[in-house]
Amino acid sequence: MQEHLSILLVVIPLVAAPIAAMLPRGRMPWMVTLMVTFICAILAGMQLWTVVHDGTISYELGGWAPPWGIEYRIDAVNAMVALIVAGIAALTLPYALLSVEKEIPERQIPLFYSAFLLCFTGLLGITQTGDIFNVFVFLEISSLSSYALISLGRKRQALTSAYQYLIMGTLGATFFLIGVGLIYSQTGTLNMMDLAERLPEVSGLKTVHTGFAFIMIGVALKLALFPLHLWLPNAYTYAPTVITIFLAATATKVALYVMLRILFTIFPDGFVSATPTGDLFILSGMAGILSASIYAIYQMDIKRLLAYSSVAQIGYMAMGIGFASAMGVTATIIHLFNHALMKGALFMAVGAIIYRIGVCRLDNIQGLGRQMPWTFGAIVISGLSLIGVPGTAGFVSKWYLVLAALEQEAWIAVAIILIGSLLAVVYMGKLIEALYFKPATETNLAVKEAPMLLLIPTGALVLANIYFGLDTELTVGVAERATQALGVAAK
Amino acid sequence: MMAGFYTVISRGNLVKKIIGLNIFQVSVFLLYISIGTVAGGAAPIITEGVELYSNPLPHVLILTAIVVGVATTALGLALVVRIKEAYGTIEEGEIHEQDHSL
Amino acid sequence: MTHNLILRVVSKSLIPLIIVFALYVQFHGDFGPGGGFQAGVILSAAIILYALVFGLDAAEQIIPSGILRILAGLGVLIYAGTGIVTLFSGGNYLDYSGLVGSQIAGQHLGILLVELGVGITVFSVMLIIFFAFAGRGRP
Repeated sequence: MQEHLSILLVVIPLVAAPIAAMLPRGRMPWMVTLMVTFICAILAGMQLWTVVHDGTISYELGGWAPPWGIEYRIDAVNAMVALIVAGIAALTLPYALLSVEKEIPERQIPLFYSAFLLCFTGLLGITQTGDIFNVFVFLEISSLSSYALISLGRKRQALTSAYQYLIMGTLGATFFLIGVGLIYSQTGTLNMMDLAERLPEVSGLKTVHTGFAFIMIGVALKLALFPLHLWLPNAYTYAPTVITIFLAATATKVALYVMLRILFTIFPDGFVSATPTGDLFILSGMAGILSASIYAIYQMDIKRLLAYSSVAQIGYMAMGIGFASAMGVTATIIHLFNHALMKGALFMAVGAIIYRIGVCRLDNIQGLGRQMPWTFGAIVISGLSLIGVPGTAGFVSKWYLVLAALEQEAWIAVAIILIGSLLAVVYMGKLIEALYFKPATETNLAVKEAPMLLLIPTGALVLANIYFGLDTELTVGVAERATQALGVAAK
Repeated sequence: MMAGFYTVISRGNLVKKIIGLNIFQVSVFLLYISIGTVAGGAAPIITEGVELYSNPLPHVLILTAIVVGVATTALGLALVVRIKEAYGTIEEGEIHEQDHSL
Repeated sequence: MTHNLILRVVSKSLIPLIIVFALYVQFHGDFGPGGGFQAGVILSAAIILYALVFGLDAAEQIIPSGILRILAGLGVLIYAGTGIVTLFSGGNYLDYSGLVGSQIAGQHLGILLVELGVGITVFSVMLIIFFAFAGRGRP
C-alpha cells in the first residue's frame, strides 16, 4: 500500500470516472465522486507526509526502470500541489451536490461527475509524473474534460467561451509538444531527471533554446500568464459554479507547477539567467497585475471580476519565478497554496449567492450582505486575504514576495506589488459596497441564507485562510523544502 | 505547421479554425516521426539478421497524441454544432454581434 | 440508399472482412504492427460503413447507444483493472510479469488484456461520436 501511494492517486479517480458515467441518475454518481475525492485527499496527505519525512518517492510504472519506463517521481513540490488539488476537490464535492442539481440538467449529471473525475485524474497525473511526455497526456486529459465541463454552463456564452478555451488550450498543448519534441531530438530522453542530467551538455544549441521557448509559451497559455490570459475570464464566468471553483483553485496552480519544474529542475542552473526568461516573467507579471486589476475594477459580473483578479494573482506568482532566487520561488509556492485557498473560498461564497438568486451581477446583489451574513462574512475575510491584510494567508505570500523583490533591489516590482494590493482594495471594496451598504431591493429582502451544505465547505476554506495566515510554519516550511527539491540555487 | 497555425488565427469560421488546428497538430506529429528515423534503419520489429532499427518511441508517443487530437477535434466540432444551434451561425463575427460580452 | 444494389452487395461482403481484419490487428498486436487503437478504429469503420449504406436506424439496432456507453466504460475498466490486478500480484502498476506463471506469459497476457480494453473503448467511443453527430439533426 505505502509504496503504491503515488500511482493509486491517479488510478482511483481514473477507475471511478467510467463507473460514475455508468451509474443511474440520482445521487449515486455524486456519492462515488465524493468518496474518491476524500480517499485521494487522504492519500495525498499521506504522500506529502512520507515525502517530507522519508525523502523522494520514485515509482516505476510496469516495473520498467527509468529512463526507459515512465517514472512517477514525487518530491516536496509535487506532493504539495497534489495535496492542494485533492484537498480542494474534496472540499468542492460536498458543495457540488446542491449547486450541480440546480445548474446541470438531471440527464447529464452522471456524465458531469465522470468528466469531473477525469479532469481530477489529469490534474493529479500532471503532479505525479516524472516523464515530460506524460505531462502532455495528462494535461490534455484534464483540459479536454474541462472544455466539456465549461460548455455545460447555463448561458449560451458558455459554448463560445469553451470553444475559445479549446482553441487556445490546444494551441498551447501543441506548442508544448513541439518543444518536447525538439528537446527529445537533442537529448534522446523524456524522463525529467535524465533530461536534467543530459541538458547541460547541449544547452548551448539553438534547437534546445527553441524547444525551451515553445514549452514556455505552451505552459504560459495554460497558466493564463498575462498576455496569454484571454481565455480565462470568459471560461470562469460562464462555467458552472462548481467548475469555476475547482478550476480557479487548481488548474492554473498545476500549470504553474509544470512551469517551475521545467525552469528549475529540468533546465540547468545557469540557463534561466543566461536567457532573458526571468526578466520576461517579471515584466509580464507586473503588466498582468496592473492591467488585470484595473480590468477587474470595471467588471459588473462578480465571477468575471474574480477571474480578472486571478489573472492579477498569477502575475504575482510569475514575478516570484522571474526573480529566480530561492526567496522568490518560495514566495511563488506559498502564493500558489494561498491563492488556491482564497480563490476557492471567494468563488464558493459567490456560488452561494448564485444558488440563491441565480445571477451575480453587481446591480442584482444589492443589500444581500444583510440577508446572507455568513456568506458575506466569507467574502469579507477571503477578500481581505486577497488584498493581503496581516493575519490572513494572503499577507504571508505577499510579504515573502516583497522580501524577494527587496533582495533583488527591484524597487519597481515592490511598488507594483503594493499598487496591486491597493487596486485589490478597490475591486473588493466595490463588491462589499454593493453587498452591504447599498439598500436591498425588494426581491433581495426575501432571500435567505445559503444552505448549510454550501456554507460548511466555504467556512472550512475561510478558516484555512486565517489559520495559514497566523501559523506560517507549515506552509513556509513545506515551501522552502519544495524550493530545495526544485533545485533552485540559494543566493 | 505555419499554415495550420495561420488558419487558426485568421479564419472567422469556427469549422475552418478546427481544420487549421488539425493541420497544425498533424504537422507536429510529422516532426516527431521524422525525429524517429534512423538512417538505414529497418522497421522496429525484431527480425533475424537486422542490426539497425528506427526509433519506435516517437511512434508510440504520436499514437497517443493522435488519440488526443481525435478527441480534441470531436469535442471542438461538438461545440460548433451546439454553437450553431444556439446562435444560428458559425461565423465568429456574427456571434460577437449577438453577444457583446466576448 | 435502398435502391443502390451494388453498394449494398459490396458492403455486405466487405463488412465481415473488415471485422475479421480488425480482430487480426487486435490479437496479433503483440507480434507485429497493430494493437487496440487501430483495431478499434477499423472495427468501428465496419459499423459506420453499415450505417452509411443501410441507414442510421438499422445500425443503432445492432448496437444501441446505451450498450456503447457501457462498453466505453468497460474498456477503461479492463485497462485499469489489469493494472490493479498487477498491484495485487506483487508488482508495480501495469507490471504484467507476475500475472501468471512465467514472466513472458505474464507479459503476453497483460498486454493482450490492456489492448483489449483499449480496443473496446476506442471502438465504442468512435461509434458514440459518429452517432452523436449523425443523429443530431433528427427529431
